[in-house]
Amino acid sequence: MKLSIQEVEYVARLARLEITDKETEKFTAQLNDILGYIDKLNELNTAGVEPMSHAIAVTNAFREDRIVDSIGTEKALANAPDARGEFFRVQKVID
Amino acid sequence: MELNQLTIHELQEKIKNGEASAVKITEAVFQRIEAVEEQVHSYIRLLKEEALVAASKADEVIKKGEIKPLTGIPIALKDIVCTKGIPTTCGSHILHNFVPPYDATVVEKLRDAGAVFVGKANMDEFAMGSSTETSYFGPTHNPWDLERIPGGSSGGSATAVAADECIASIGSDTGGSIRQPAALCGVVGLKPTYGRVSRFGLIAFASSLDQIGPFTKDVEDCAIMMNVLAGYDPKESTSVPAEVPDYRQFVGRDIKGWKIGIPKEYFIEGIDPEVNAAIQKTITVIEKCGGKCVEISLPHTEYCLAVYYIIAPAEASSNLARYDGVKYGFRVSDGRSLLDMYKRTRMQGFGAEVKRRIMIGTYALSAGYYDAYYGKASQVRALIKRDFEEAWKKCDVILTPTTPTPAFKIGEKTDSPLQMYLSDIFTISTNLAGIPGISVPCGFTSGGLPIGVQFLAGHFEEGKLIQIAAAYEKNAQIEKRRPKL
Amino acid sequence: MEFETVIGLEVHAQLLTDTKIFCGCSTKFGGAPNSHTCPVCLGMPGVLPVLNKKVVEFAMKMSLATNCEINKSCSFARKNYFYPDLPKGYQISQFAYPLSEHGYVFLDVDGAQKKIGLTRIHMEEDAGKLMHDEHNPVSYVDLNRAGVPLIEIVSEPDMRSPAEAADYLKRLHEILVYLEICDGNMEEGSFRCDANVSIRPMGQKEFGTRAELKNMNSFRNVQRALEYEIKRQQYLIESGGKVVQETRLWDDAQGASISMRSKEEAHDYRYFPDPDLVPILVDDAWVEKIRKELPELPLAKRERFLKDYHIPEYDAGVLTADKALAQYYEDVVKLCDKPKQASNWVMGDVLRFLNEDKLDIRQCPITAKDLADMIKLIEAGTISGKMAKDIITDMYKTGKPPQKIIEEKGLVQITDEGELAKTITAIIEANPAQLADYRGGKGKLFGFFVGQVMKATQGKANPQLVNDMLKKMLAG
Repeated sequence: MKLSIQEVEYVARLARLEITDKETEKFTAQLNDILGYIDKLNELNTAGVEPMSHAIAVTNAFREDRIVDSIGTEKALANAPDARGEFFRVQKVID
Repeated sequence: MELNQLTIHELQEKIKNGEASAVKITEAVFQRIEAVEEQVHSYIRLLKEEALVAASKADEVIKKGEIKPLTGIPIALKDIVCTKGIPTTCGSHILHNFVPPYDATVVEKLRDAGAVFVGKANMDEFAMGSSTETSYFGPTHNPWDLERIPGGSSGGSATAVAADECIASIGSDTGGSIRQPAALCGVVGLKPTYGRVSRFGLIAFASSLDQIGPFTKDVEDCAIMMNVLAGYDPKESTSVPAEVPDYRQFVGRDIKGWKIGIPKEYFIEGIDPEVNAAIQKTITVIEKCGGKCVEISLPHTEYCLAVYYIIAPAEASSNLARYDGVKYGFRVSDGRSLLDMYKRTRMQGFGAEVKRRIMIGTYALSAGYYDAYYGKASQVRALIKRDFEEAWKKCDVILTPTTPTPAFKIGEKTDSPLQMYLSDIFTISTNLAGIPGISVPCGFTSGGLPIGVQFLAGHFEEGKLIQIAAAYEKNAQIEKRRPKL
Repeated sequence: MEFETVIGLEVHAQLLTDTKIFCGCSTKFGGAPNSHTCPVCLGMPGVLPVLNKKVVEFAMKMSLATNCEINKSCSFARKNYFYPDLPKGYQISQFAYPLSEHGYVFLDVDGAQKKIGLTRIHMEEDAGKLMHDEHNPVSYVDLNRAGVPLIEIVSEPDMRSPAEAADYLKRLHEILVYLEICDGNMEEGSFRCDANVSIRPMGQKEFGTRAELKNMNSFRNVQRALEYEIKRQQYLIESGGKVVQETRLWDDAQGASISMRSKEEAHDYRYFPDPDLVPILVDDAWVEKIRKELPELPLAKRERFLKDYHIPEYDAGVLTADKALAQYYEDVVKLCDKPKQASNWVMGDVLRFLNEDKLDIRQCPITAKDLADMIKLIEAGTISGKMAKDIITDMYKTGKPPQKIIEEKGLVQITDEGELAKTITAIIEANPAQLADYRGGKGKLFGFFVGQVMKATQGKANPQLVNDMLKKMLAG
């Protein structure tokens, strides 16, 4: 069950990464390694085991519905690579 | 001894007695930096001016007698914690010019405790790596042998302490990134229990594994730092509202009658003989202190790698999706369309190792694979956690080598897959189970390279770690060397 | 071939909390672009989300009001995709473990009650706004809306016509507004609807392939879009084609939907539990506390109005369409105990005035007490119904109570028989010709005399009394 080049290209598109042909080859090999990890995990019978999403069982972490000062438009845009007026500006989605 | 060579507690004495001022201490640190930084490259950014201003403010505070736990103490911060108004790069091109408008909670806590910030320490890009070779800003060198890696990803934080370019520092640990460089650089490094130290402002790699922790020159300093860092933070949902003990009180207590678990799955072929010897010596010291070693089993050890290498990249691939050139950071200047901008920004902004992990993580989460990959890994993770819960029934702490080998050369990856395997499993199980771990220097190789021993304890038992580490440190009397720079 | 339509609706409702779901930024509409933002909702490196408790409580309210089962434990998941209005590159939503499930609402279909199932209700964060430049290939991002709390309400595919779908929407809308958890403004986007539509031959068990319809921003558009889509699918099948599973955007100007298929790579959202958030445990005590806070819901209120006030169904419908209006009406009834009259005056004159001025019942210058007093004055005979029409106009214009207006304008109805007799006598004496004609058989002249009396009394004479007395006195 090895990954195809198309599958690797699909993953790259999902991750919004542009990769060269050489990188595609390299990534194909590396993603195939994961399949090895999966095979390893499938040695174990985990029926009935609750998946662990948190190391410590914390629940109901809430905050009150109280307004906290925002940082303001200027600070929000201060790091923007391309800010125009009060907005972030980006290239249009080309259909 | 120079002021920059002292520990926090030694400096606190001098400050109290009026023998040293904060400014003098900070100046000593920067003199050292000027002398050796070019060789070691601990820092991405130095904050000399700000530090001297902070130091003189600290001196005013000292004059008033309002000394706090870290007043006037120069601390380095891994460039993964956000510092308000000061660029925070995470060792990456994609954040090379990012200036956070806010402080991480730990930064606020350190500042409130009087710390003087020396600079932002170098690291593997986005904390992904164990050698600090992947930093966009160039590698850090091990001060004990400049041709060798310091470990990673918190390499700069470790070397800054080892080379006396600061008194103590902060790093982060997702799969060993504090403990391993601590061992390779001959300093003390602690990864707290998950949820013990706030993650707010820590640039995320793998959210369910990341923790911030201190690098220090000795165990007492580690306790001092933990007293400042630990505590509930309402800004983090996964922060645990558990009481923070005074960690300093654990220093000096004996460990008579303690059971020390030796996991048989960890002590296998592949450990460098000198490391092994040092660990055996450590065990002897521990036994002399009154500890009794018992063999234990962590039966799911062999699955740790698979679990880690699915969960960590999966979470990372999601955490790094925000680096898209829209709101901050690097963006290609000639994007032809939105899609083109995204792809080329991320291609150019991220290094190879980061891209690799994003690809792996994206694949692991993609349609149809969740249950089989992330889901399954999460179940096995529960089994790994259970291994430790069972272990605590038989022992108080667990002892392991921190790394299977001393530092290897920059650019060289070890040939032995077994060593690669061991170098991972010694530390990643700790993050998977969320338990705390500390690495303490336990000797040197014949070539003069540091070796570390690791202690692990149950959730929120950092006190136990401090206790045994301090007891060991006192009785082992490891020769106090300094790197020859 | 006869086809059956199958419709399911997904509604997104923006919640009226003061702050966003995961940070303390204000949710207030308007405000300079990117001014209601902070590092958390901007998705800056290192930030973490913390859940607004009120969002959970609002979502619980909607769950209870729609008969859903609230899960004892629920959690958040990340929905991963790239878009400029999504700062983190993922939306925090609920996937495998939503807040509540298995609810229902009732619609009135052809006089019978039809049950529409609700599959689930879950909480999530809204994205920001993306605005496209008309002339240049650029877009502008405003993240004020990023992080505003939403609940997503998913129905079972239980609706069988566009009319049912529109009715279902109206029902949900009404409940949300009654609960005061959403302002239900479709045009502004605080109440949004996507539809899943398919058709199948009558009697077939399996569902046909469905299309997803988006961009319908009014109830009318929803109905139009659904009608169009059904026709489109029917035509397609009847001409030998197959319906493709796709997303279609409704273009109201063109009156047609456009396929978005070219843009679609099947969205691979890579859902996984959000490691930065912890599970929510809802215990019975919390559910009960919320249940006690529920107001009487529209359906229940309408039924109560019918039962207690004996007003027509149509009236009950109008009066309960707005909770404040229903409250106003009931306040009036409480004070004058005349539900039918109160209904007439409220639905007639009061609503007409308010509509003309585009005002809300909350801004009505006539207080419930004043309206009740006016009704009582009519009952007591102090003023006539006709007089009240003028008085109420004055009440609306000036906000003055009826008693004051009557006083100022001397509008008390004349019911004193002695006084009226004098007036009538004077009129009879002043119009001998008409009197003779009337007595001579011209019955129509009665109206002339009535008019004269009214004129002489400035309309204040009690009409019934005038009638009776004139009859007597004209007869001689």
